[in-house]
Parts: sequence; structure tokens; C-alpha cells
Amino acid sequence: MSFLNHLISGISLGSIYAIIALGYTMVYGIAKMLNFAHGDVIMVGGYMCFCATTYLGWPPIAGVLLAVVVCTVLGVVIERLAYKPLRMAPSLAVLITAIGVSYFLQNAALLIWGSSTKSFTSVVGGDPIQLFGGQLTITRVTIVTIVACVIIMVALTLFTTKSKMGTAMRAVSEDKGAAQLMGINVNTTISLTFAIGSGLAAIAGVLLCSAYPTLLPTTGSMPGIKAFTAAVFGGIGSIPGALLGGILLGVIEIFAKAYISTQLSDAIVFAVLIIVLLVKPDGLLGKHVSEKV
Amino acid sequence: MKKSLSMLLAGLMLVGALAGCGGDTASTDSGDSSASGTAFKIGGTAPLTGDAAIYGNAVARGAQIAADEINAQGGIQIELKFEDDENNTEKAVNAYNNLKDWGMQLSLGSVTSKPCEAISTDINTDRIFALTPSASSVATTEGKDNVFQMCFADPNQGTASADYISEQKLGTKIAIIWKNDDVYSTGIHDKFVAEAKAKGLEIVSETTFTDASATDFSVQLNDAKSKGADLIFLPMYYTPASLILTQANSMGYAPKFFGVDGMDGILTVENFDTSLAEGVMLLTPFNADATDDKTVAFVEKYKEAYSEVPNQFAADAYDCIYAYAQALEAAGATPDMSNEELCDAMIEQFTSMTFNGLTGENMTWDSTGAVSKSPKGMVIENGAYVGM
Repeated sequence: MSFLNHLISGISLGSIYAIIALGYTMVYGIAKMLNFAHGDVIMVGGYMCFCATTYLGWPPIAGVLLAVVVCTVLGVVIERLAYKPLRMAPSLAVLITAIGVSYFLQNAALLIWGSSTKSFTSVVGGDPIQLFGGQLTITRVTIVTIVACVIIMVALTLFTTKSKMGTAMRAVSEDKGAAQLMGINVNTTISLTFAIGSGLAAIAGVLLCSAYPTLLPTTGSMPGIKAFTAAVFGGIGSIPGALLGGILLGVIEIFAKAYISTQLSDAIVFAVLIIVLLVKPDGLLGKHVSEKV
Repeated sequence: MKKSLSMLLAGLMLVGALAGCGGDTASTDSGDSSASGTAFKIGGTAPLTGDAAIYGNAVARGAQIAADEINAQGGIQIELKFEDDENNTEKAVNAYNNLKDWGMQLSLGSVTSKPCEAISTDINTDRIFALTPSASSVATTEGKDNVFQMCFADPNQGTASADYISEQKLGTKIAIIWKNDDVYSTGIHDKFVAEAKAKGLEIVSETTFTDASATDFSVQLNDAKSKGADLIFLPMYYTPASLILTQANSMGYAPKFFGVDGMDGILTVENFDTSLAEGVMLLTPFNADATDDKTVAFVEKYKEAYSEVPNQFAADAYDCIYAYAQALEAAGATPDMSNEELCDAMIEQFTSMTFNGLTGENMTWDSTGAVSKSPKGMVIENGAYVGM
């Protein structure tokens, strides 16, 4: 029974990684850049929801909506101000800019909300569900997280394969120049990608803080890095890859802690990552694209 | 893909390298500069901004209240100055050098352990006496004859906790969750385990976490639960502890929780459901709810000036200034003495005197600089600390 408990904890943690990883993977897939500020957008989402529900007394769902709206706008603004002017710059410059944005957001949060820890009230209320006479406990946040993760995955896949905007995104991802020649507005498409990625970050932030209810200006950084690992693990640029990578990472992390050693769990997670990348350098579901010379 | 991989590595390394930074620079001058020349210049470095600002500001405020009181009495005059170190070792060294340029004669070291370790070597070679309110690691004082502590050294908390649990028969099967990338937590854990063995306490579960895994505690709690632990010892700061309490509650697991001084502050976490902390026990040297005159007067003054309840860091700093005053008076020291003369006089006084303060009665110091005082057992009842 403890195996099932651990499995559920792992899937729940993994689902959060997966939602964050989707944001990384979409931006990488389309704009070919690593948005290291993604983790901090998650933190902003958490704070927005916290402020709405705690200070303004809004219902949780309104808090989530506010977080999504603010983060979506924030994502687009960051892209316009920090990344767009660097579209033609070497990728290293964009990467450093992203790290800069990440620190800017953290320190802005430090100024606005202060350094002390805030405790987040879960947006999903209700008692945990007890199964098998109390041996198996599943919190409601876990269920909502897993369901949300699956819905987001399916919706995103449908969006990118069926809709016109989604097709445009895939075109931009494959060849920016050719897409532009075909009449696709590359800038709008990239902005839309950031909007979707940041909106997802807000949802991930709210779910993360609901499951693990402390809120600090650095709340997003570690899950952000883990989710980035998950995205690479699953194959960066691939939407099902992000889901698979996220859930596997969460489950491996929890199992390593439970059955091998709590001291070594992170080392094991990253050892698995290294082995996977040695065998499959593009990640589990990544497409191999040969570099043009 | 190779390119993006190397970018991944570069990115991760950069994020790691930068993770220690953050916060903005500022320094406050809380001194009373009108008294220059006739006052003892006492300086300290403290995280006045950044993620440990809650501790730094408490120390600066507690010390200021004590200095104002002493100056008002008209005897020894004290001029205080704190420089911001953002809980960063390099900034602490710069802050310490600024204080030396200002003419610091006596030091309050640093508020947090790592910065204090970083400057204590300089303190030792510069022969400036230092009494740190709250830097509790052993390395702070080790091998330095002129660095003293007002707080317990980390390992002593572990020993004291194990003694307390065994004397009060609080639990028979004990689980420990500790943060193994943190010197504070590891130090307490090691001593606790050693002392628990000596006292015949049974430790059934020992699990760890790090900065990178400080979100999910389900495995650690499940391990403790399945091994039937009735008391969980939490040698850590209050942020992860608040998560552990929340997750244990959602699992329907209700053992006794026992913390150390880092747990102080859990009730001030904004929006934290304090009913979860109900019954949590901790060893701490200071209790803001105590009814003795000294504590009541201090808490009132602090509340009036800063509209919050002082924590033990503020009380430690308050005691530091009073301990200095007592030692300076006993030594007959004057502000025109050289730093080295002052340092020798202070070493002599601190190793021989007995001091009564907010954080303990009959405190004494040994030549290593560690303080000896008895910790108070506290339990959280109805959202407040109550003495046990």
C-alpha cells in the first residue's frame, strides 16, 4: 500500500513538473530559446492568486483567473521588452537575458511582497479521500492536479495540430524565414506562444502552491529547473515529451527517496537524466534535427 | 541538440552560481553620532535586506533598544552601527571593513552563521572583540579566542533537545527529518543522535531533504508513520517545518513535533493556519509571552517602536548590548582604549562574569566562546508560545 501512496505522490509532483515543462517546451519549440524566467512567472502566478484570495477575499476560481490573466500579460510584455529586440542576436545573449529577467522578477517580488514566507491557502478545499480503510490517502489537490495536467496536454495537442494558429506555430518552429514568406506573422505567433506558456505557468504556480503551500520570491526557481530537466528528459520541443518527462521525473524522485535514500534522491534523478541523454541525446520523444552547416 | 545541451549545462551552472545573490544593497546607520569620541563604537553586519532580513532587522532593532536604554542611564555611552551583508559572505567581509573604517571598537559579528564564519578570521587577526547574537555554528568561534556567542552553539541544541525529550518522556519512537545540505541542521542532528543513543531513545526513522527537494515531504512522513514514530524531531528553520506540518495534517498523521530555535517564527508566517502548529514543542531561549518584568518591558518597547512582537534574535541582540555594558563597566574600560586593550579586557570579563538577560539567567562563557544557559521548553497553545 505504501507503494501506491508513493506512486500517487510521484504522479502528483510529476504532473506539476509536466505543466511547467509544457511552458518551457512550447517556447523552446517555437522561439528556439530557453526561457529561464519561466520559473519566476510561476512564482508571480502564486502571489497573484494569494493576494486575490487572501487580501481581496475573492473566491479561489477568481484568484486562479486573475493569476492566469496577469501572467499571460506579463509573459507577452517580457517577450516584447526583453527577447524581441534580441531576435537576431546569438542564442547565448538571449539566454543571459532570460536569466536577467529571472532575477529581475525575483527581486521585484522581494520588494513588493517582502522576504518572509507566506502560507498559501489551497484553492481546492475538502478533506482528503481515504481508501482501503485509511491506508491510502489522496488529497483533492492531487486529483485536480493530475486532471488539469491531462486536460492541458490534450488541449494543447489539439490546438497545435488542428487550429490555424497552431499550424502557424508549427510552421514558425520548423523554419522562421519560410513561414514569414508564407504570410505568417512570426512576431504575433511568438507572442502567442509566450502568452500560452505564461498562462500555463500561472496554473502551475497555483497548483504548486496548493500542494506545497509556502510562497517565497524563490518558490519558482527550483521547480522551474526540475521542470526544465523534465522537458529535456522527454525531448524538448515535444508536447507529449514534456508530459512523459515530467511525470517520470516526479515518480523517479519520489521512488528514489522512498526506496533508495532521501540523501541521494536528486543525484539519482539527474543520473537517470544523464543516462537517458547518453542513449537518446534528443530525449525520450524528441525529434532528431540535424544541424545545418 | 548538442548546442542546446551545452546551453542547458551553461544555464544550470549560471543559475547555480547566481543563486546565492539577490536582494538589493542598502545600509542603515542606526547610530547616535552625536556621542562620537565619548561613546564605545559597536558595529555588526546583518542581513537587513534579502531572504534573511527578518533576522537581521530583529537584531538591529533589539540592539538599538538596549543601546538607547543604556545611553539614557548616563553611564556608559554606546554608538551602534549595522552594515547590510544580505546573508552573503563576500558582502559581509566588505561590510566588516566598512565598520572598521568607521572606527568600530567592539563587534557584534554577524547575525547569520556563514557570514560570521567569513569575518571571524579577520576579527581574530584584527584583535577586535566580537560577541555575535545569533551566529550559532561551531566554526564561528572555533580557534578564535576573541569571538563569543550569545546564542547556543548548534550542537548544544541537539544535545539539549535529546535530554529534554528523554527527561520529559515526550516520545519513545523518534523520527528525525533534517536538511542535509545545511550546517545548522546537520550539526544539531548529529549531536541529537549521539545524545539520544546515550539516553536510550529509539530513533526509528531518519530522513533528509535539501534546498532542491524542500517541497515534497510525503516520503519522509510516510516513512515515519509506517515505522510508528510518535515524535518527529525537526532541526530546521520554520519555512520547511510549516510545510511538514501541513502535509502531515493532510495525511491524517498527528505525532508530536519537536523543533529547535529555527522553528521560532512559524506563527508569524503570513496566512499560516496556526491550528496546525498546535502542540508543537520547541526549545528556545526566549519567550515573548513570559511575564517577568524585563521581558514585558522589552516586548512593550519593541511593539511600540516597530509594531511587531520581538523574536529571539531581537532578544539575543538586546542581551549582547547589555552584556557589553556590564563587561565594560566591570573592566573600567574607557572609549579611548585601543581595540587590542579592549579585546583583552573583554576576553577576561566574559570568561569570568555571570550575566542575567532576557534569554537566560546565570549565563557564563567558557574560553571557546560558547555560552552556557538553559534553554526553555515551549509549546504552542492557542496560537502562542507557552512555557512548558
